[in-house]
Amino acid sequence: MIEHRSIAGQPLQWNVELRDIAHRSSLLYELVHRDLTVRYKRSFLGFFWTMLHPLLLMLIFLIVFSALFQTRTPHYETYFLSAYVAWNFFAQTIVNGMAGIAWNGPLMKRVRVPLSVFTVASTVSGLVNLALSLVVLFAIMAITGVPLRPALLFLPVSLTIVWIFTLGISLGLTAVSIFFGDIREMVQAGLPALMYLTPIIYPISVVPERFRWMIKLNPLVYLVEIVRDPIYYAIIPARMTLLIAVVTSLGSLIIGWMIFRYLAPRFHAHL
Amino acid sequence: MNVIELERVSVRYRETKVRSLKEAAIRAVKGHAKADYFYALRDVSLAIHHGEAVGMIGANGAGKSTLLRVAAGIITPSLGVVVTRGTVAPVMELGTGFEAELSGRENIFFKGALLGCSRAYMRSRLDEIISFSGLEAFIDAPLRTYSTGMVARLAFAVATTIDAETILLDEILAVGDGAFKRQCKTRIEGFVARGSTVVLVSHELEAIESFCSRTIWVAKGEIAADGPSAEVIAKYKAQGS
Repeated sequence: MIEHRSIAGQPLQWNVELRDIAHRSSLLYELVHRDLTVRYKRSFLGFFWTMLHPLLLMLIFLIVFSALFQTRTPHYETYFLSAYVAWNFFAQTIVNGMAGIAWNGPLMKRVRVPLSVFTVASTVSGLVNLALSLVVLFAIMAITGVPLRPALLFLPVSLTIVWIFTLGISLGLTAVSIFFGDIREMVQAGLPALMYLTPIIYPISVVPERFRWMIKLNPLVYLVEIVRDPIYYAIIPARMTLLIAVVTSLGSLIIGWMIFRYLAPRFHAHL
Repeated sequence: MNVIELERVSVRYRETKVRSLKEAAIRAVKGHAKADYFYALRDVSLAIHHGEAVGMIGANGAGKSTLLRVAAGIITPSLGVVVTRGTVAPVMELGTGFEAELSGRENIFFKGALLGCSRAYMRSRLDEIISFSGLEAFIDAPLRTYSTGMVARLAFAVATTIDAETILLDEILAVGDGAFKRQCKTRIEGFVARGSTVVLVSHELEAIESFCSRTIWVAKGEIAADGPSAEVIAKYKAQGS
């Protein structure tokens, strides 16, 4: 028989949280199902929107970069999209996680669920969207004549690392934004800037040598790289890049969970 | 065995809430004194045994819902300890967790998951839920096309199908017409008969007296009386008039 203790002042325990989420796997399934169905039922184009979004962006960046800036990167569309899908997953997921408070806040106060399940569910919904974008990307590659190489088999490993990183940031930001509503606007304002600070639309080689170390302080550089490498360069990422990506994503998860576990017992007073 | 134990539990809130980082910064600069606390529950201890049917009464705002939430493990107490044993399903407001864009059928599974039921369990009870709600013709239409009464019927059908060792019901008798209330009562009797622990919050004193052997009277965040239903209800009525 499951015994559950809630003790004043005690933060969430990760093993209890994991047990509760695993014990109620139908909840995670239903939350993801709801996220996806509701999002696509509301929009006229439905699932096509997820597919259309990268296509439109590709077109814009393709025009801007190939025509205006005359980039010399071959197959620029694959170069750009292979990094952009990872970035878009990260950015969309943390924004959706915070936006989900308005949606899930009433539930957090009325049903007995492990509180982190909503954040976990929003990252899983993000992964489903990411998978759809990848289908579009692979189709574009096939059409434009970029070969699909065996290095692609490494992609699930890269995506798992990106997912862990995103989950950590999302847990931390969602928890803080329950206390301070303006965090969400700040993040939304900051994300475009962060995107341009990450080598997504441009290769890092365009950054002058003396500034490059600054760009490299941004952990997203490595996370984007480990996704781009198997798709665009058809290689397994360098060991050092992988190591940095793994360490930062585990760090993100630990810090994000720490913030979440200490703030969660007081969520109800702020929802 | 106790399925729910509360040991010196208080739930309190800051009287002035800081809602944004901006406000927090302004308050820090101005050096505001710490805000006072408002106690929704103050130093409550109680134990509910397995198989008991307990009523909970009290004026609006007395702390009944907070007590139910903290006992269900939905909220963590500000002070004290709460222990629950076995599966606990709180049914706080019937409409909670319904999603307008999803169909009635999808909502049955979603709500079931929120109440702690697996998909397999919900599938096995699906036909019964649909026929009990009387919504066969509309079950695949989105919930936003339902009337309030239809939503309430569906919510009730799902909520009372749950399979939990302890069931906490908050004001579910308050909605619906006479026929609906009678159905509610039959289902609650069913829970009690099969040996589930039931805690029923209601303003309907007769219903409480007929279902529950024990009643807890909550007033101003504290337990004003706890004992055999007839006694506690008599005290409550005497004080109220």
